[in-house]
Amino acid sequence: MTLLTVLIPIALFLGLLGLGAFIWSLNSGQYDDLDGAAARILDDDED
Amino acid sequence: MTCCGGNIAADGAVGVSASADFSRAEELLHAGRERNDGTVEYVFSAPDIHCGACISSIERAIRPMHGVAYVRVNLSLRRVTVHLDPAVTGPIEVAGALAALGFPARPVDLGDLDELERKRRDSELLKSLAVAGFASANIMLLSVSVWSGAEGATRDLFHLISALIAIPAVFYAGRVFFRSAWGALRNGRVNMDVPISLAISLATGMSLFEALTGGDKTYFEAATMLLFFLLIGRYLDQRMRERVRTAVVQLSRLSAKGANVLTADGEMRYLPLDEIEPGMRVRVFAGERLPVDGTVRTGLSDVDRSLVTGESMPVTAQTGTALEAGAMNLTGVLDIEVNNAADKSFLAEVRAMMEAAENGRGAYVRAADRAARLYAPFVHSLAAIAFVAWMVITGGDWHTSLYIAIALLIITCPCALGLAVPVVHVIGATRLFENGILMKDGAALERLAEADEAVFDKTGTLTTGTPTVTDCAIERPADISVARALAASSGHPASRAILTHLGTGATARGTGIAERPGLGVEGIFSGRRARLGRMAWVAEIAERSDTQDASGGLAFAIEGGPLLTVTLGEHVRDGATAAISALQNAGIGTRIVSGDAAAQVARLAGRLGVTEWHADQSPADKIARIEALRAEGRKVLFVGDGINDAPALAAGHVSMAPASGSDVGRTAADFVFTRDSLEAVTAARGIALRAQSLVKQNFGLTFAYNVIAVPIAMAGLVTPLVAAIAMSASSIVVVLNSMRLTRGDPAPAANRPARSALAVGTGSMEAAE
Repeated sequence: MTLLTVLIPIALFLGLLGLGAFIWSLNSGQYDDLDGAAARILDDDED
Repeated sequence: MTCCGGNIAADGAVGVSASADFSRAEELLHAGRERNDGTVEYVFSAPDIHCGACISSIERAIRPMHGVAYVRVNLSLRRVTVHLDPAVTGPIEVAGALAALGFPARPVDLGDLDELERKRRDSELLKSLAVAGFASANIMLLSVSVWSGAEGATRDLFHLISALIAIPAVFYAGRVFFRSAWGALRNGRVNMDVPISLAISLATGMSLFEALTGGDKTYFEAATMLLFFLLIGRYLDQRMRERVRTAVVQLSRLSAKGANVLTADGEMRYLPLDEIEPGMRVRVFAGERLPVDGTVRTGLSDVDRSLVTGESMPVTAQTGTALEAGAMNLTGVLDIEVNNAADKSFLAEVRAMMEAAENGRGAYVRAADRAARLYAPFVHSLAAIAFVAWMVITGGDWHTSLYIAIALLIITCPCALGLAVPVVHVIGATRLFENGILMKDGAALERLAEADEAVFDKTGTLTTGTPTVTDCAIERPADISVARALAASSGHPASRAILTHLGTGATARGTGIAERPGLGVEGIFSGRRARLGRMAWVAEIAERSDTQDASGGLAFAIEGGPLLTVTLGEHVRDGATAAISALQNAGIGTRIVSGDAAAQVARLAGRLGVTEWHADQSPADKIARIEALRAEGRKVLFVGDGINDAPALAAGHVSMAPASGSDVGRTAADFVFTRDSLEAVTAARGIALRAQSLVKQNFGLTFAYNVIAVPIAMAGLVTPLVAAIAMSASSIVVVLNSMRLTRGDPAPAANRPARSALAVGTGSMEAAE
């Protein structure tokens, strides 16, 4: 039972981490141009 | 917004192409937005961007340019964003560089777009969706443990943790529904969001009470799952509308936002439209549309008013001719005196009529809200009955009674009902998009399915607006080669039509070929004058002939030679005949209401097999026709393109406009089709009918589900597990049923990729400008 007090916070923390990462990526504009992102990965030019 | 209206000397030597560049440069300067770091941001719409190679070639070419701080291509939206140092370089250089790379670009007015505002709303919905997804997944994990037998302190702990997750999540993710429900209730209406909000907030409130008092059943997972499912529908709906709005905005970017004003000292200055005042002189070059209403003071030209009045043939404009904003100046330079400020122009009158006409449509209630009007009172009274009945049965145990009543509200599933309509509309919009049709709003699909009378505008809708030669007396090779040389030197639509008719081949060499605005083209070939243009003018040099009717029409003659007449007709839009006969076969009345002369309308009506037609109709007449049909109980589909059609487009039960039409027409219409064929009308109607039947089926499924669920809930047998399974099952069934719209007979033009629709749209508009 004491294991639960460790596992549940870990599970929730990981979930929140994922949620936070998603909201961060959304705010930083990573979903603005999905077609472009697919094409850019093939571009070798470093810039 | 930067504002730096440059000056340029207005001498007569300004050529046509130079003047067009000038207007564009000025338009560009007004399109930027200043950023915090001192650079100016410009966004260009470049419809020709289509692949990864385009991205790198544009970015590689623009980045090293002097004064460019940032450049990024957006492939999805076909846009280029640049940040420029205004002291070093201007947007004109960038536009020039883009054009040189093969990507002609137009500036996007960031002020008009309100881009930031809408992006914020879009991501708010997505964030709500993410939060609801996170909450429902985690609560579900905890609930599964409870359902599989967690007891005592563990269960209470799990319930409290669930409450901790659910309550902020419901407040955050549920805002969309609460706001909309509150707005509806305040106006004394009921919409779909009222039962949804009620179910969510009651379920959360009761579960919180249970969790705090150590109860054994909570509905946190049901409440958050409900939110999650509904937000998916809401988000898809929003994205569909966003995509269409972007497409429509990109079409309207192509119109003039200002005018070249002549100042008292003879200079020419570009002013934005809202600074133009009556009495100002405005110069309009050949190939430009009139930005404002005005009277011609100097100059002579041919003017194409087809978008404004529906007249198919260009008219001659000379000193004193009154012209409306939106008319296209074809051949000469015109100086016009502004009659009305931009907000009192013909266009503004049309807008006022549109607003008045739209009020008639305001009475339309969407299918989902109609269902909510029946559903909400029904379910809410059932819940009340359940509460009272259980109070009696249990002898006043308000806790159990309230619990059962709330379980009933949750399980009667506003979820499936909330998804029944939007999912179908989103899939319908995608199908339409594949066919090159943009839908503004889901309700338009419902109204299109109901339409039982189709009213068409003629010029630009049933016809393409470009004339073609129907009869031509130029037959001798020598005449043909001279006529070809004359026609090739003019941009007048009649000349282009004649050139197309004559085809390619030998072209005579002439000298002094010049366009005479309002008359035609003249030149000297082998020492003899030759003319192509208005019959009376051409007849001056032709061989005398008594039988000539020199009133109208076009002709060609070489000095001293016979007068050879050319008759122009209108080019019927592709698919017009097929679309009209398909509508007639489906039992839908068809009629033509045009602003053009009776003879032209009658000819076309006969050709298309339309028996009911009306000519010489003003915008007010068109509305009156539609109102009369409405009074007879008909639901009118109006298809039109011009400025004069805009009020009728707003007045019709549902309306469609081609992308090649006027801005105001496209704005007023429910559907905009970007391909040339008029079969878009029948394709859209087919999809609308299928969508309507799927929506009805979805309501049927929800009803059938409720017939089973309500007695179970009334009997007090609903556990949180049953509620969770029932809700997801019914939602999935509804979504799967809606997906059937993606199958079925593809419409005629469906084999083209969806992405080309936008490019096709802007492309055809550019051709029309």
